[in-house]
Amino acid sequence: MMKIAKYVVWNILRSKIILAYTLFLFAVAFGTFSFESDVSKSIASLMSIVLIIIPLVSIIFTTIYFYNSSEFIELLMAQPISRKKIFFGEYLGVGTSMLCAYLIGIALPVIIYSADAVGFTLIASGACLTLVFVSLAFFASVLTRDKAKGIGISLMIWFYFSIIYDAIVLGVMFAFSDYPLERVMVLLSSFNPIDLSRILILLKLDISALMGFTGAVYKDFFGNSNGIIFSIAMQMIWIVLPLFSAFRIFRRKNW
Amino acid sequence: MIKFENLAISFGKLNVLKGINASFDAGKIICIIGPNGSGKTTMIKCLLGMTIPNSGRILFDGKPIVGEELYRKEIGYMPQIGRYPDNMTIGQIIAMMKDLRNEVTQLDETIFEQFQIQAMLQKKMRTLSGGTTQKVSAGLAFLFNPKVLVLDEPTAGLDPSAAEILKQKILKAKQDGKLVLITSHIMSEIDEMADEILYMQEGNVLFHKNIEQLKAETGQTKLGRAILKTINPVVA
Repeated sequence: MMKIAKYVVWNILRSKIILAYTLFLFAVAFGTFSFESDVSKSIASLMSIVLIIIPLVSIIFTTIYFYNSSEFIELLMAQPISRKKIFFGEYLGVGTSMLCAYLIGIALPVIIYSADAVGFTLIASGACLTLVFVSLAFFASVLTRDKAKGIGISLMIWFYFSIIYDAIVLGVMFAFSDYPLERVMVLLSSFNPIDLSRILILLKLDISALMGFTGAVYKDFFGNSNGIIFSIAMQMIWIVLPLFSAFRIFRRKNW
Repeated sequence: MIKFENLAISFGKLNVLKGINASFDAGKIICIIGPNGSGKTTMIKCLLGMTIPNSGRILFDGKPIVGEELYRKEIGYMPQIGRYPDNMTIGQIIAMMKDLRNEVTQLDETIFEQFQIQAMLQKKMRTLSGGTTQKVSAGLAFLFNPKVLVLDEPTAGLDPSAAEILKQKILKAKQDGKLVLITSHIMSEIDEMADEILYMQEGNVLFHKNIEQLKAETGQTKLGRAILKTINPVVA
């Protein structure tokens, strides 16, 4: 498995796209910290980038990579290597590469400029989101043989978690505004890894007052250690669940 | 050595294999022939575990292969159309396969030498012609000295001298007691090499016979006519 991951990483590094991505993140992170003297404002702007760009690039890059590596997978299939090793070796390789790009591009500047609880929450959330969306990309890629369709599904997944889900939640809030929905909101937000990250970072920035009464409930729930353990557990589920569903399909897939 | 038992596969509504039974022994060259789309490649892909059957099973040395992978140590596979990561060079592909297999067995690099692959190690896979890709595939199939060789249309696309080298190599493998499974459409080549013929049609095995027996039964000296007479006595 490690050997396969090694070849995947080596192959990704050679494509140079990942280097461009790292440089882009680094430039953006460095820029936001240099142009703004208030560090918490920089973190807030960086948060928007982490929540939008990281999931998008992770899911699209991984999907394209998975389809492009079909020759590599086919070559390995005829060897005495189990599908489990091939699949998780691929994940390990892609996951490591994306994570490294993120850590160098975002985490490094954040540590330099804002090495506090807020900074580390941002770093951890972004790292989780990277792995979550790499998992989701694997899931999208095994659903269909057609590369264009696979990328389409990936885009839809990203669109859903970034935009559509929030719209649905807002709709629910309006429709049931006469009822006390605060606890339901906590539950609903844990079904979206991006929302989960956003809440954690905003709570650490201590501007949850801006979120009204729901913000107080969030703070009450996510602000203590149980809430943090819960949200980390939810992020882990978001990494593991799509990945294993993808593996179940991959195991029975014909090549 | 290899046994297919009631192997059936369907892709959606299309029944590609409809309950295949066959068994193959070591030290023989067996040719799988049949019209295009009769299920030859699918049968081979099942043996390699690349395609998963809906029902039935395949035994390798008496053990079912489902969910197993170590049996593939004993199989050298040359695909009909070799697909390789196209930004890697020939040398990198060969080195990677050796690294991934990491085996102590004596490597057999004679094919690479005879095809003069050594001189092309720096070439990227995407720049290769179909024939050169086939040469790389052939070399990889023989590289780890497997007991079974599965060759899907091995000489298609090869130049005549390369095809001859490969044929000699296949005959040599048989003498070494290996089992060779070949699919091919070239009758003269099959006549030259094969011991047994397995004829596939629309996902069924029409017949599986010794080549001499087949010729004797039909009273033909040419393999092509013998086969035609067996599948369609009226035309022949």
